[in-house]
Amino acid sequence: MNRTFDRRDFLKLGGAAAALAAAGCATTPQTKARVVVIGGGFGGATAAKYIRLWDPAIEVVLVERANLFTSCPISNLVLGGSKTMEDIRHSYDGLRKYGVQVVFDEALAVDAAKRSVKLERGGELSYDRLIVAPGIDFMYDQIAGYDAAMKTGRVLHAWKAGAQTIGLKKQLTQMKDGGVYVLSVPLAPYRCPPGPYERACQVASYFKKAKPRSKVLILDANPDVTSKGPLFKKAWAELYKGMIEFRGNAKAIGVDPKTNTVKLEVEDVKGDVLNVVPPQRAGDIAVKAGLITANNRWCGVDWRTLESTAVKGVHVLGDATLSAPLMPKSGSMANQHAKICASSVVALLNGRSPNPQPKIANTCYSYVSDDEAIHVASVHTWNDKDKTLTTVPGSGGVSAARNALEGAYAWAWATNIWQDMLG
Amino acid sequence: MRIAIVCAAALGVASMAASAQDNDAGRDLAASCAMCHGTNGRGAVGYEPLAGMTKQELVRKFTEFRSGAKPATVMHQISKGYSDPQVQLIAEYFAAQKR
Repeated sequence: MNRTFDRRDFLKLGGAAAALAAAGCATTPQTKARVVVIGGGFGGATAAKYIRLWDPAIEVVLVERANLFTSCPISNLVLGGSKTMEDIRHSYDGLRKYGVQVVFDEALAVDAAKRSVKLERGGELSYDRLIVAPGIDFMYDQIAGYDAAMKTGRVLHAWKAGAQTIGLKKQLTQMKDGGVYVLSVPLAPYRCPPGPYERACQVASYFKKAKPRSKVLILDANPDVTSKGPLFKKAWAELYKGMIEFRGNAKAIGVDPKTNTVKLEVEDVKGDVLNVVPPQRAGDIAVKAGLITANNRWCGVDWRTLESTAVKGVHVLGDATLSAPLMPKSGSMANQHAKICASSVVALLNGRSPNPQPKIANTCYSYVSDDEAIHVASVHTWNDKDKTLTTVPGSGGVSAARNALEGAYAWAWATNIWQDMLG
Repeated sequence: MRIAIVCAAALGVASMAASAQDNDAGRDLAASCAMCHGTNGRGAVGYEPLAGMTKQELVRKFTEFRSGAKPATVMHQISKGYSDPQVQLIAEYFAAQKR
């Protein structure tokens, strides 16, 4: 399994190798193995950095399609107006000082038998171990008319931070005072359980300052608020009285941009800005690589190593995984998955057994206003009986009440986790 | 004599392997802290730097969070997820890091 990177391999690599050489990062003779990471988000970037940190003799190539990282956490504050797109965009340059080779390209296919990844522009990249951290993609076909409506720009999800965050902010800015912003939430599991309710707070915060007669209408496919419910409801009642309406069991099944309508199972709801978040599954490359094991949506993993239960030698991180019990799909969790994975990949490539008892922690902050935040925290440990990670009894919990101290900690958390993954 | 040397060498290798595993256990547990406290407990803003703090102080603070003696926003909830031996391993790891 461990092998040196010889001249024949180098020639076989073709374009990708040429690209790496051109980037000033051709392989060195000391290299003991190569790990390829697909996806430079909270999971992939962290894994790439930590493998180099813990064993600089392993070559790590990170394949990422975007040349800047855009963070989903904090992106709701761009809608609220207290942060900008510049605040949530970060360079991948910091990874180079750890010797991570960053290749801006699209991974098209994985050949697990040949242990190689096919890139859109860079040819083929061989690996000893592959880490797939693709985040989510959307199941547009679950909502009739969605794809066409999104392409015209009338209906957005903004559930991947970037162009749609800017697009949604523009729609909110252009909306008339007295208008209705509709936020449709899919059935759990989806990326960032408290995210929709934080977004409702942030949009209401913007309306309160700029368009006080406007309303936020949450159409939630789930029966109730899925995360930090009492804390969010208290913030809605006390900070945005009469501005936020929550409807549970309100699953979107269609959209009509001509009539500005979200179609539910029993009624149609009109709005001025339609922010419909579709159901999600593991990112496309996980589907193409045959990593999906559950409900046609998520990737099963061995939680001691994050190795796929479907394809040997391939690890899957972050939102794309079939989550362990009570484990949210969050940036924090992806960062922690990455560390279990990095530790096990380093152990395996050095002929040692992986850590048999991994333990990780999660903290998710949500801003309910410009400066006040609430959190949910949990600790997850390997459970030999259940063969998965389960929460440690008596640990974890939520904020006692929203407060500005946690608002300051939340911003520091974002700054520090960006640094932990990229710098 | 030869057997004894071989045995000693084997034991040496075994104990080195065990020690590598123990070091990894502390390193792996401590890596969780980095998303807030900075990689290897260094360079974070707004959170207490953990690198280079004495083992004794790290253990004291962690156990005071766990008992509720030290007020916290999150650490009273996180600390309850870790056993005494795990706290020792985490503390040893950060105490050995450069400030």
